[in-house]
Amino acid sequence: MPGQSLFQRIAGQIGLYGAVACYVVFALLPIYWTIKISVTPQDLLYSEGIRLWPSRMTLANYASVLKASDFPRYFLNSIIVSVSTAFIVTVVASFAGYALSRFRFRGKALVSLVLLLTQTFPLVMVIPPIYRIMGQLGLTDNLYGLIIIYTAFNIAFATFLMQSFLDGVPKDLEEAAMIDGCTRLDALRRVILPLTLPGMGATVAFVFTAAWSELLFGLMLINSESQKTFSVGLLTFVGKFAVDWGQMMAASVLALIPVCLFFLFLQRYLVTGLTAGAVKG
Amino acid sequence: MASVSLRGIHKKFGPVSVLEKIDLDIEDGEFVVLVGPSGCGKSTLLRSIAGLETIDGGEIRIGDRLVNHAAPKDRDIAMVFQSYALYPHMDVRRNMAFSLNLRKSPAELIAERVSAASAKLGLGSLLERLPKQLSGGQRQRVAMGRAIVRNPKVFLFDEPLSNLDAKLRSTMRTEIKALHQSLKTTSIYVTHDQIEAMTMANRIVVMHDGIIQQVGPPLELYDRPANIFVAGFIGSPTMNFFDAVSQGKSARLGDGSALVLPTGAVVKEGREIVIGIRPEHLRFSGEGLPGRVVVVEPLGMSTQVTLDAAGERVTLMALERPSLAPGDAKSLTARPEDIHVFDRSTGLRLN
Repeated sequence: MPGQSLFQRIAGQIGLYGAVACYVVFALLPIYWTIKISVTPQDLLYSEGIRLWPSRMTLANYASVLKASDFPRYFLNSIIVSVSTAFIVTVVASFAGYALSRFRFRGKALVSLVLLLTQTFPLVMVIPPIYRIMGQLGLTDNLYGLIIIYTAFNIAFATFLMQSFLDGVPKDLEEAAMIDGCTRLDALRRVILPLTLPGMGATVAFVFTAAWSELLFGLMLINSESQKTFSVGLLTFVGKFAVDWGQMMAASVLALIPVCLFFLFLQRYLVTGLTAGAVKG
Repeated sequence: MASVSLRGIHKKFGPVSVLEKIDLDIEDGEFVVLVGPSGCGKSTLLRSIAGLETIDGGEIRIGDRLVNHAAPKDRDIAMVFQSYALYPHMDVRRNMAFSLNLRKSPAELIAERVSAASAKLGLGSLLERLPKQLSGGQRQRVAMGRAIVRNPKVFLFDEPLSNLDAKLRSTMRTEIKALHQSLKTTSIYVTHDQIEAMTMANRIVVMHDGIIQQVGPPLELYDRPANIFVAGFIGSPTMNFFDAVSQGKSARLGDGSALVLPTGAVVKEGREIVIGIRPEHLRFSGEGLPGRVVVVEPLGMSTQVTLDAAGERVTLMALERPSLAPGDAKSLTARPEDIHVFDRSTGLRLN
């Protein structure tokens, strides 16, 4: 920056990187600790005190999680639930967001308000009625029930998210497409959709993560081993008299892997600036 | 190519009437400019012809076909937007070929049309570029190329030059006019810029508050504006107006001085009128309307002089180079045939 001495510039850089480093340590330390405990042998867990890395490493925790527990099943259940939820929510929210972004219709303000209101209830408050309803519909203790509930709870936010992304696509583009020979649906598919991919990517990522890490409804609605998601399954490592920290942490690390892979895959869709050059500017 | 005919078009946004009883016939091959201040309804009218707005009543015909209820894609029109509206995820070639691809035209025809249009517009070397890699003027050309490739019945332009800088705007103005002369496609062009209207149009349609004020060739509107609004809107610098009262063959101005009215003016004695004089028709003379010089602006080709006279700010455009200083007292006059007379209450032309 002009008008600054060399010393001020260096001090400023150190301050900036120092602050970023502090934040990164703060955010990543729990994950690091999870990994550390997952590779610590059972006998060293309590005997070594607090150390940054154990003196011996083991993968025994991972082996027993994968072979001796139901964890692979939980894992698969979580993937089924999260992927289905993310898919359904994104499709529905895209259409709903398009309607809110492009059309004027009676009751539009009311729809927005109701969507917003659903986000203000504490979840704990709605668990009993939902449990009763789902019970009568025969949707407790199965994955469909979870998908329905997660979809319902994520759709409001996802709709607002998609609406704001769609608001960012100029109306002129759609009109140009309609004059060029598209129906409204064609224009949506050929012009609007490709330009909202980053937005849809963000929505998919958001909903997937929310469904992946959800615990409360999973815990309330699922009983049998075969239907548990991994977040519920993690609690099976909590015994009556002891917690199997090593295995629990190994399972947690394994649960992180799909989320990380998922974000790596989505990253290229999350780049913004795809609409640059469409209109003036 | 086709004619466009509008009959009794009206439209409301809620309680506000944006178009009122619009009747207009546009001939095959004509270049018509809709001009007016913002909010006058010109863009709404254009968008109604395009099918992007629905109308509350009236008939829109393109050629012989009634298109009131046809979708935009079925009206065989092409539109150039103010924002260009290029598809950002497609390169120039695909932008131009988009409509033909949708129609499943044969590949050879598409290639031929795209290369013809890009040659015409000087876009040949840019076909593989994305819109974001183009300058404003190039984007504008692509938008026109996209329209030309279609070979539509009618071109619609919605303020296509408003986003360009002044120099590029005048270049593109000339290009669009030349393009129309070679293609001879019926064109409807919306602008708020009266210079664009004057220079490009075969006929100008002046609109105000959703009503057509006057339709005619540019010079006819300039020489014989139908009312005070058109008189003030067309021409730059704008026409000078003075409140006056008719007295015999003259008009008596607020400061007591008099100007001789043109012979054709039918004005009752003592009627409240407004007289209008274009800046280039005002001249310095020994007697007439006394004024005082406020500002002198030499433009090279002409000199623009601002004066205070009869309680108004008056602009005079002189082709010679008068030696004047602010504060000089000067008398102004105009030939009677150069004076426009309007009724003060209705605003309508009286001569």
